Amino acid sequence: MQLTLEFGGGLELLCDSVKIHNINVDPQDGEKQLTMKNLLSWVCTNVIKERPEMFMKGDSVRPGVLVLVNDTDWELSGQLETVLEEKDNVVFISTLHGG
Amino acid sequence: MESNGVEASRIRQEIDSLNANKRNIEQQISALEAQLHQLEVNSNAVCTSSFSNGDLGSSNGLSPDMIYRYSRHLLLPSFGVQGQANLLKSSVLVIGAGGLGSPALLYLAACGVGRIGIVDHDVVELNNLQRQIIHTEAYIGKSKVESAAAACRSINSSTQIVEHKEAFRTSNALEIVSKYDVVVDATDNAPSRYMINDCCVVLGKPLISGAALGLEGQLTVYNYNGGPCYRCLFPTPPPTNACQRCADSGVLGVVPGVIGCLQALEAIKVASLVGEPLSGRMLLLDALSGRIRNVKLRGRSLQCEACGDHAVLTRQTFSDFDYAKFTQTPLSTGPLTLNLLTPDDRISSTEYSKKVAEGEAHVLVDVRPAHHYKIVSLPNSRNIPLSTLEGRLSEISAALEEEAKRRTLDGGSSASLFVICRRGNDSQRAVQLLHTLGFTSAKDIIGGLESWSHNVDPKFPTY
Repeated sequence: MQLTLEFGGGLELLCDSVKIHNINVDPQDGEKQLTMKNLLSWVCTNVIKERPEMFMKGDSVRPGVLVLVNDTDWELSGQLETVLEEKDNVVFISTLHGG
Repeated sequence: MESNGVEASRIRQEIDSLNANKRNIEQQISALEAQLHQLEVNSNAVCTSSFSNGDLGSSNGLSPDMIYRYSRHLLLPSFGVQGQANLLKSSVLVIGAGGLGSPALLYLAACGVGRIGIVDHDVVELNNLQRQIIHTEAYIGKSKVESAAAACRSINSSTQIVEHKEAFRTSNALEIVSKYDVVVDATDNAPSRYMINDCCVVLGKPLISGAALGLEGQLTVYNYNGGPCYRCLFPTPPPTNACQRCADSGVLGVVPGVIGCLQALEAIKVASLVGEPLSGRMLLLDALSGRIRNVKLRGRSLQCEACGDHAVLTRQTFSDFDYAKFTQTPLSTGPLTLNLLTPDDRISSTEYSKKVAEGEAHVLVDVRPAHHYKIVSLPNSRNIPLSTLEGRLSEISAALEEEAKRRTLDGGSSASLFVICRRGNDSQRAVQLLHTLGFTSAKDIIGGLESWSHNVDPKFPTY
């Protein structure tokens, strides 16, 4: 399954300062669907290069990170249970406080 | 030829003389303008200024001066007289007169908001002027609120400007915010953002929230018309090391400029009851790629501790809440000062300067990131950024050996190892790491290059 991942608000620093990642990831053995929960652990293993604790906490993202699936807050699509589809766009963005 | 020279010199003298007269006349005009302005301000206090709401020229409540000043607004079919009249009756509080607040305030003053409040406790510094465009060099060292208020008044003397020269705290927040219709969060730290949100929820005020860092910006409207508040989105504060500051990470001046302008726009929409405010949505600006994205956010959370159905937030719980503790970040934005090492493992910048003067054999490692090192560095220092330190220990060993050889130290003694950074935090982390990796004599220079500039060499640049 082809997906586009984007990191922003400083999270890109955890993956060699690359903001956009075109990835190819398939459901795990025995599963028909790829959920956000699966994707997060895949991202942690394959995309995040340093300080994974700045990205994840428990099995979800750390506080202060917004997750958007096709430009919509993942709270509206089922959070960790969101089922991903071919060509979906997933954005991870850290909230900013500066001004 | 000679007469040409005489003629040219006569003309130059006449130009100089006319210029002197011109300067004199300009000074007289400025003085008279200031007198006139003072008279207007005084009469405004009694009734109204000459650019005023009084002396109505038409049945729509707008004076001839107002009709002329705001004509381009009145000509907009979707804004028009009603939008302008709503704006003139409204009040907006801008918290923070920095990178976001500067452009927001300039537009809010120009557009005809009836009353504008400005909160800030800070003073203008030279390194603010790259982005805080409301301030000028003449105000360096003076209050940001005074500076911003003067700029707003010079744009629009008919808008009332209220100066709140104090830090925004739980002890004064309710009293200040209750006097305004709309709040603009133009602050720069996490505890202030939670505090301002909660205060707006308690008082039922819409909150225009903007943030900028580096080359990115974010904008949304909270607590508007049943929409989500900041805590609906971020119930738990982020870890402290996820909160970068402009003073550490940098910011391109125009980025908060863009977000601040958009905050003014949203405040104008909310105050004038025109358009569709950015509630339940967030605008994300990526300046580097020139991309702006508008995303859909969750609605109000029923479980929200501030605005949810079972929320216990009241004036009293708000006043008692410790926002610094909640976010583990101090409300004042001063830099962090760590204390990781024992005094024996540290030396002051003045002690270090004595060792340099005495010619003590040593190696100085500067652990700042490479782009910091390029801004300014001490001579004879070598740059090994903290993030790469562990993999470059052999360079330090080699440098120490070379220094010992160069100074022809006998076999028993070796060169000392000092570590420096910008403010003395990373240098302590580096020394801790070096100690565990066998460089047990490494010492950090307390307070880093800022201390060097402050205590040893005032000409050494700070940033």
